[in-house]
Amino acid sequence: MTSSARRTVYLDHAATTPMLPAAIEAMTSHLGRTGNASSLHGSGRAARRTVEESRETIAEALNAQPSEVVFTSGGTEADNLALKGLWWARLAENPRRRRILLSGVEHHAVLDPAIWLAQHEGAEIEWLPVDQLGRVRPDDVQHAIEQDPESVSFVTLMMANNEVGTLQPVTGVAALAKAYDIPVHTDAVQAVGQVPVDFAALGVDAMTISGHKVGGPYGIGSLVVRKETKLVPIVHGGGQERDVRSGTLDHPATAGFAVAVEHAVKHQAELAERLTTLRNALIEGVIGTVPGAELSGDPTGRLPGNAHLSFKDCEGDSLLLLLDARGIEVSTGSACNAGVAEPSHVLLAMGYDDQRARGSLRFTLGHTSTRADVDAVLENIGPVVERAMSAGLQNVGRNN
Amino acid sequence: MRVLAAMSGGVDSAVAAARMAEAGHDVVGVHLALSRNPQSYRSGARGCCTIEDSRDARRAADVIGIPFYIWDLAERFHADVVEDFVAEYAAGRTPNPCLRCNEKVKFSAVLDRALALEFDAVATGHYAQIVETPHGRELHRAVDPAKDQSYVLGVLTQQQLKHAFFPLGDTNKTEIRAEAECRGLSVAAKPDSHDICFIADGNTPGFLSKQLGESPGDIVDAQGNKLGEHKGTHGFTVGQRKGLKIGTPAADGKPRFVLDISPVDRTVTVGSRAELAVERLTASKPRWCGPAPTETLHVKAQLRAHGEEIAVTARLEDDQVLVEFDEPADAVAPGQAVVLYDGTRVIGSATIDTVERATQKV
Repeated sequence: MTSSARRTVYLDHAATTPMLPAAIEAMTSHLGRTGNASSLHGSGRAARRTVEESRETIAEALNAQPSEVVFTSGGTEADNLALKGLWWARLAENPRRRRILLSGVEHHAVLDPAIWLAQHEGAEIEWLPVDQLGRVRPDDVQHAIEQDPESVSFVTLMMANNEVGTLQPVTGVAALAKAYDIPVHTDAVQAVGQVPVDFAALGVDAMTISGHKVGGPYGIGSLVVRKETKLVPIVHGGGQERDVRSGTLDHPATAGFAVAVEHAVKHQAELAERLTTLRNALIEGVIGTVPGAELSGDPTGRLPGNAHLSFKDCEGDSLLLLLDARGIEVSTGSACNAGVAEPSHVLLAMGYDDQRARGSLRFTLGHTSTRADVDAVLENIGPVVERAMSAGLQNVGRNN
Repeated sequence: MRVLAAMSGGVDSAVAAARMAEAGHDVVGVHLALSRNPQSYRSGARGCCTIEDSRDARRAADVIGIPFYIWDLAERFHADVVEDFVAEYAAGRTPNPCLRCNEKVKFSAVLDRALALEFDAVATGHYAQIVETPHGRELHRAVDPAKDQSYVLGVLTQQQLKHAFFPLGDTNKTEIRAEAECRGLSVAAKPDSHDICFIADGNTPGFLSKQLGESPGDIVDAQGNKLGEHKGTHGFTVGQRKGLKIGTPAADGKPRFVLDISPVDRTVTVGSRAELAVERLTASKPRWCGPAPTETLHVKAQLRAHGEEIAVTARLEDDQVLVEFDEPADAVAPGQAVVLYDGTRVIGSATIDTVERATQKV
C-alpha cells in the first residue's frame, strides 16, 4: 500500500488536462518578453501582435471572427461575463426581460451567477427539465419561451456536461431562440477538442471556452461573443477587449492558449476516436467486473473521454480515497459545500436518489490517456469497490 | 503501517500527523467535519469545526506532504454526542462530550471506517501514552500533567487501543509548539481550543436553554425549605457553587453548593460543603482498557477532566462499578465518568449514576 515509485494514472482530464509541450513552448518563449499590449511603442506592439495572432488562431479554429474572441481569466469569468453581461444589456433595452432559462445540470460557474442574479437583481430563473440521461429537450425550451417570449432575458445551455458527459442539443435550441431574437449562451469548456465546435454553425450568441481544459495554460479563457451581441462589462478599467473586459492582456498565456486550441481542434476527430475506444473498454470492463455498476448519462451522445459510473452501497469518497492510494486519480464529480462533499446537483437533477448520487465516480480521459490507464482501473476497481462497500456498511451497521 | 491522522486544524493533531509520517508510516490526514452548519471563521479560541479550521488542517497536511480528505461525520456526531449531551443535562446529569466523542465517533465510527478502508490505525493529537506490554497495550497519562487527556480516553477498550496512536504523550505542550514552528506548520501559534467544540460561543447554559427551553423550579435546602427559584435544572451541575442566585444567605454564613438535581419535580437541592461530601458512588457502563478487574482494587480515581486523583476502593459487581472513597470527596456529579488509575495507567472507566453522601448515614 505504499504510494512511492508507482506510476500515476491520471483520469481526471475534465478537471484539467496536461499542457501540450507545444503550448508550454509557445507560452514560455513569451514570458521573458516585456510588453503591454496596450502600449504604443515597439515592446507594446510586439505584445499586441502576439495577442492578436493568438486571437486570430483561436477564431479560425472555432469558426468565429477574431473580434468575437474576448479573452478572460478563464471559463468561470467568461460564464459570469456572459450571464451578467447579457442580463444587464437585455434589461436596459426592455425592463420586462427577467426570465433566465437554464437547466439544473449546468456548471456552478453558470448556475451560481444565475442564482445571484435572481437573488440580487430580480431575475426569474426558469428551470428547464432534464431527462434521466441529463438531456434538455428543445421542445421544453420552446414551450418555456412561448409562454411569454418578450420576458425572456436569455437562454444558457452547456454543450457537454462536465460530470456525466451528456451532450446537449445546443444548435436546435439556438435556432428556435433565434426566431424570437432571444440570445443563447453555451458553456463549451468541456466540448472543445472532444467534439466538433463551430461557433458560427452553432448559432449561439456567446460561447465560453477555457485554456487549461484543452492543453493550454491555467488562468486564461475566452468568451466568444457575436459582434452584434450587446454585453454590459463586469470588469471595468482600461477598456481592453472591446471595452467588454478590461485588464492588461497576458500575451504569453494567449500564445499558449492559441496553440492548444488550434491543436485540440485539428486533432479532435482522431482523439475522439481513440478516447471512445478506451472509454468503452473502461465502461464495459468496470460493468463486467463490478456487480451493480451502472453508467450515468447518455450512452451514445456523450463526450468521448467521459465515463461516469455509479456503484451500489458505497460512497464515492471511499472509492476516491482507495483509488488515490493506488495512484489512480479520479473525481467524485461532486462539489464541496463547506468542505463537505455534497451529492452532485447534476445527478440529483437527473432524478438520482441521494445514495446513488453519492456512490458515483467520474473517470475522464484525455490526450495523454493510454490503454495502460484503463487496465490499471480494471485491475483495481473490483477490490476497491468491495472495500468501499464494507466501509459503507460499517457505518450503516453501527449507526443505531 | 497505514495510519489515518485525524486533523482538527490545531497544532497538536498537526504535529501528531507529522510525527507519524516522520516515523515512516504511510499517513493520510482526515479532517472530521462535525458541525452541520460550520461557521466560516473561528471566533476566539473555541471549537474546531469551522471552515477555517479545515483549511488549516489541509494546509498542515500539504506541508507534511500527506494526502488529505474531509470526512462528514456531522450526523453521527449529532446523534451520538450532541443529542446525548442534551439528554443527559435534561436528566439532571453532567455529561462529558469529549469522552463520548472518543468512544462513539473518533475510535468507533472513524476507526471502523478507517479499518475498512485499509488503514491499520488512527492517530490523534491527544496527550496520553500507549505502552506496549506482552499482555497488550496500556493507556497511560501524558508526561505533561497540565495537558494530560487520558481521562477522556478512559473509554477506550483494548480493541480500540490496538488501533490507536497518541504520538504527543511523551512531550510537553510548549515543546510541541516549538516543534510545529520548526516543521513549518503555520498553526504553531494557534490558540488551544477550549470547552465544548459544538458550543461556539462557550455559553453552555444558553445552548441548553435553546435546546430544552425554560422550565422554572425551586431551589431548596436538604430539608425542603425553598431558598430561591431557577429557570431550568439543566443550568446546574452537582458541586456548583457560583451562579445559584439565592437571596438569603445560609444560617451559618457559609457558601452553598448544588447537592442534587431533580428534573422530574424541577428541584435543585443545595447545601453546605459538609453535606456535599460523598463516600461512595455507583457507576455503570464500564469500559476497560484491558481485562475487566476480577478483584477489589485499591487504586486512584479521577472524577472529571483535569480533576484531582482520589484514593478509592473499587470493585466490579455485575455490570456496575462500586467505588468507595478513602476520604469523602467533593463535587461528584452523576453523568461524569469515574476513571480508575493504577499509577499512571488507566484501568478503565464507568459513568457515575448514584452517590452516597456522608451525611445520609447520620
